[in-house]
Amino acid sequence: MAECVGVDSNTSGHSMDKSITLPPDEIFRNLENAKRFAIDIGGSLTKLAYYSTVQHKVAKVRSFDTTAKEAPNDKLYEISVQEEVTARLHFIKFENAYIETCLDFIKDHLVNTETKVIKATGGGAHKFKELIEKKLGLNVDKEDEMTCLIKGCNFVLKNIPHEAFVYARHADSEFRFQTANPDIFPYLLVNIGSGVSIVKVESEDQFERIGGSSIGGGTFWGLGALLTKTKRFDELLQLASKGQHTNVDMLVKDIYGGSYGCLGLTGDLIASSFGKSATADKEFSKEDMAKSLLHMISNDIGQLACLYAKLHNLSRVYFGGFFIRGHPVTMHTITYSINFFTKGEVQALFLRHEGYLGAIGAFLKGAEEDNPNQYSWGENYAGSSGLMSVSPDMNPMQRARSGTFPFDMLEMDRLERQLVNLPLLQDPSSYIPDTVDLTEDALARDYWLYCFEDALDGVVKRAVASQPDIPEAVVRAEKFRQKYRHKLLTLRHQPFAYGSLTVRSLLDTREHCLNEFNFPDPYSKIKQRENDMALKHYQRTVESLDALSWEDRQFALVSGVLAGNVFDWGAKAVSDVLESDPGFGFEQAKRQLEERPWLVDTYDQWLQRLKGPAHKCALFFVDNSGVDIILGVMPFVRELLSRGTEVVLASNSGPALNDVTNGELQILTERIAAMDPVLQAGLQEDRLTLVQSGSSSPCLDLSRLDKVLAMVVRERQTDLVIIEGMGRAIHTNYYATLSCESLKMAVIKNSWLADRLGGKLFSVVFKYEVPLGKVHHNGATLMLS
Amino acid sequence: HFVSLIKKKLTFPWFGMDIGGTLVKLVYFEPKDITAEEEQEEVDNLKSIRRYLTSNIAYGKTGHRDVHLELQDLTLCGRTGNLHFIRFPTQDLPAFLQMARNKHFSSLHTTLCATGGGAYKFESDFRTMADLQLHKLDELDCLIRGVLYIDSVMSRGLSECYYFENPTDPDHCIQKPYTLENPYPLLLVNIGSGVSILAVYSENNYKRVTGTSLGGGTFLGLCCLLTGCSTFEEALKMASDGESTRVDKLVRDIYGGDYERFGLPGWAVASSFGNMMSKEKRESVSKEDLARATLVTITNNIGSITRMCALNENIERVVFVGNFLRVNTLSMKLLAYAMDYWSKGQLKALFLQHEGYFGAVGALLELLHPS
Repeated sequence: MAECVGVDSNTSGHSMDKSITLPPDEIFRNLENAKRFAIDIGGSLTKLAYYSTVQHKVAKVRSFDTTAKEAPNDKLYEISVQEEVTARLHFIKFENAYIETCLDFIKDHLVNTETKVIKATGGGAHKFKELIEKKLGLNVDKEDEMTCLIKGCNFVLKNIPHEAFVYARHADSEFRFQTANPDIFPYLLVNIGSGVSIVKVESEDQFERIGGSSIGGGTFWGLGALLTKTKRFDELLQLASKGQHTNVDMLVKDIYGGSYGCLGLTGDLIASSFGKSATADKEFSKEDMAKSLLHMISNDIGQLACLYAKLHNLSRVYFGGFFIRGHPVTMHTITYSINFFTKGEVQALFLRHEGYLGAIGAFLKGAEEDNPNQYSWGENYAGSSGLMSVSPDMNPMQRARSGTFPFDMLEMDRLERQLVNLPLLQDPSSYIPDTVDLTEDALARDYWLYCFEDALDGVVKRAVASQPDIPEAVVRAEKFRQKYRHKLLTLRHQPFAYGSLTVRSLLDTREHCLNEFNFPDPYSKIKQRENDMALKHYQRTVESLDALSWEDRQFALVSGVLAGNVFDWGAKAVSDVLESDPGFGFEQAKRQLEERPWLVDTYDQWLQRLKGPAHKCALFFVDNSGVDIILGVMPFVRELLSRGTEVVLASNSGPALNDVTNGELQILTERIAAMDPVLQAGLQEDRLTLVQSGSSSPCLDLSRLDKVLAMVVRERQTDLVIIEGMGRAIHTNYYATLSCESLKMAVIKNSWLADRLGGKLFSVVFKYEVPLGKVHHNGATLMLS
Repeated sequence: HFVSLIKKKLTFPWFGMDIGGTLVKLVYFEPKDITAEEEQEEVDNLKSIRRYLTSNIAYGKTGHRDVHLELQDLTLCGRTGNLHFIRFPTQDLPAFLQMARNKHFSSLHTTLCATGGGAYKFESDFRTMADLQLHKLDELDCLIRGVLYIDSVMSRGLSECYYFENPTDPDHCIQKPYTLENPYPLLLVNIGSGVSILAVYSENNYKRVTGTSLGGGTFLGLCCLLTGCSTFEEALKMASDGESTRVDKLVRDIYGGDYERFGLPGWAVASSFGNMMSKEKRESVSKEDLARATLVTITNNIGSITRMCALNENIERVVFVGNFLRVNTLSMKLLAYAMDYWSKGQLKALFLQHEGYFGAVGALLELLHPS
């Protein structure tokens, strides 16, 4: 009823274990810079949170002084690696038995902190207060459990895109992750600790406990222990998963002989929980009783949750608390119950980081002066354990229990930029960036996991090559290989570990792992070389385009963007060519392209549209450096500017593969403008603007973009969005619907994907779309009529 | 066949039967206005059934007649007589059928109106073991019909319906009669082995809002497992001698007192059986404590689901019926308390004298006045 955790500390049954040694490389990372602490001590698990800074290398580009004549080797810009300090939140979960060992470890490694206070929450906070104060020399400041819980819940829902999921035990994928709705309120949180609290959350600071029930996890545990003589909660769940409740419960068919047809009550429905144990003098098995008890409690909670959801007209209902905490058996029974009572109108939602909510909330309470809610945060896939295995016979924490220290981690990086929706998304709440969910598509999953595994050698080689002067780079690269390979292995067994598994998440995880081992930009030198080379061909390219007739030029410009897009180090088919034939040229690439009609071909409609009035402003999400950006995109941009269309070029904030970064693009644009009056004028008249996307991914999530970008897009009344490249227009956003015209252009550089889409290697996707109801009278009407 | 029967004069005996998951409820109308002529015509076995039922209050080991509920001088279908209320466990139905066979019940050509799940489940047993044809009726239709009928005939004398005055003050909590005038809309909560909750808008307009499997069967089932008892009466006796606060974890056990931030009083149960997570406490509780905690848990849960339904359906009056409440003042007072306290006086809990017999009465009425 009232409490969130509140499990009697003396029921945990663990004894202190001080003999175990901690793996210092893996746990309590960055402790030396830790600033703020919070702790959430539950019935059996402790969750520690701290804020720390991470120093890591970032690649910066700096333009050579163009006035000075001695630019070395005709290089466009210089690359330097700098140290950067970013903020990171660390969350660690471990069993209460190790609390003393952990506190000792923290004390020994805590050097730079000036903190005097540790925020604490959870039922066990009281019991360990003295120990914490003695060991760490910090004052324990207790925070209200429910407030922490809600704060934590808001935080993960806002900052982790695939936080919430629906559980479907017998479906192809057990976990169906929800897309992050930008508007998370209002929602209902049903916290099942020893009792049940039902809380309605209406805004960041406004929530109300609207009800509860005394029949909760404590009832399952307490009554279960009495009935089965089994002491541990996990063991009770194991018993339950093996039992047959129909031996103990009185079903509708036990009373009716069949179903109660006129009420739609099927025969298998439980009419009376434990009803059979009242009438027979026989013995009942522990397993059967545990199962019956589990059903009784799950159904009861589900029913009450539905009644409250209905009364308050809420459709989003999240379940948490130790009764749920990653246990597939309880997630299944709760889901079943909710489906039954609402006939599918309400879905039971669970949270990936449910166990951390209290610790996150307590931490946020203590960090209010840092305004953590003003920033956007992102999960660091390299440092987070992900959702652990949830096989029914093993508790998440128990599986690692063979001598080593079992723990679970979550790391959240504070992002430099605040991220928001692209204002031009047709329906932000239904937008899903990724085209294929690999958790649901086993064939695609097998292929891509293999593909990333296969490409790993090349990535390691490239990483080492990017730091030729640093001998120990080999060691780091090897560590990177191990880490990423381990992640791939984890994902093979638990595709849902980090939310929906997608090509994007695989790419992003690789980038996070590279950063983790200080390979901030393995492609920096390649990008530099290719930019240099491509720049030399710019003028000739533009001249030959200008010589063409208007209609031929339009086609040549599109072909140019597509041919440029072939230059992609992220695609193995291409990187093999580029690696063996560095002279692989633009013209050669054009010849590789498929003849029209393309795999997806709406070029005629696009051409018709170009005959109409100019667009007000085009937002262009660019892809690769070198030939792609300089010989493909820039001439296209030039044409738009000439038509009178303003252009906003959006490029990555940080490096990913050979994608052009905002820093690089600034320099490139200036260089091109120096030899091209059209671009020069565009820059001077502020009709050509460069913005950063806020992302460091080869893919594109239109729901997490730099706030400045969103502002510029709105101010300029953008009416055309161009998305280029396989990562941004095919792996993601292929099905994204925008409220303005959009153009998605990509060359498929992966034969498996080409095959899936019904094409072949180097097939072209050219997808021009006009939203319904926004038909232009000149030409565009034709395609819709 | 049935229609042709009722067109003729209704032949005695008049029975209504409700075969539930745990108990069979039987109502029997005993005509007291039998003329000498009728007496002569009355066949022997009919006479013997009448004598058997009305001269005993116990039948076999498990059958009981609730004498205190008997309705005398009742007029039904132009006949005057007494209405008797009899119950026996569903598991003893075979013995009942055997008796019906021995007494050649089928030769009376009466129609046996039956409701409850057992009317369906045991239909073929009635046919094969006792050569009896059941006329099956919906249990919720019968329940509502029975409630309204009994209330209407009782209001002439004693009140069928009652409530508890001052439910939140144990020292001044007293049972008071209540007149069910303009009873609609009302929430009808039938607590048998399981629980059904109905919203009733008029005699013929009702819907089943929801139900729960945590009912009387759960109370008895858990008590049997936890304490080794075997009857409802035994379980109730133990419950009345026990203390649930040794078993349940209260708000004050966690917060030291009230949890003021959420308006939760310290005495409220935070976790039913929550103290039983601890080994020491498991070893120190008595069977009586466990029985009491089971009763309180089941009762409060029914109360809280009922209260939510009342809010969702916007109904302020709740009538609790069903055999779980038989000789169970403890649960009735708990329900009265819970309704009043958690609704801040908005909801009124009402109870009926004939608790578990309404389905059977409804079945009898169906025999006499088919709807």
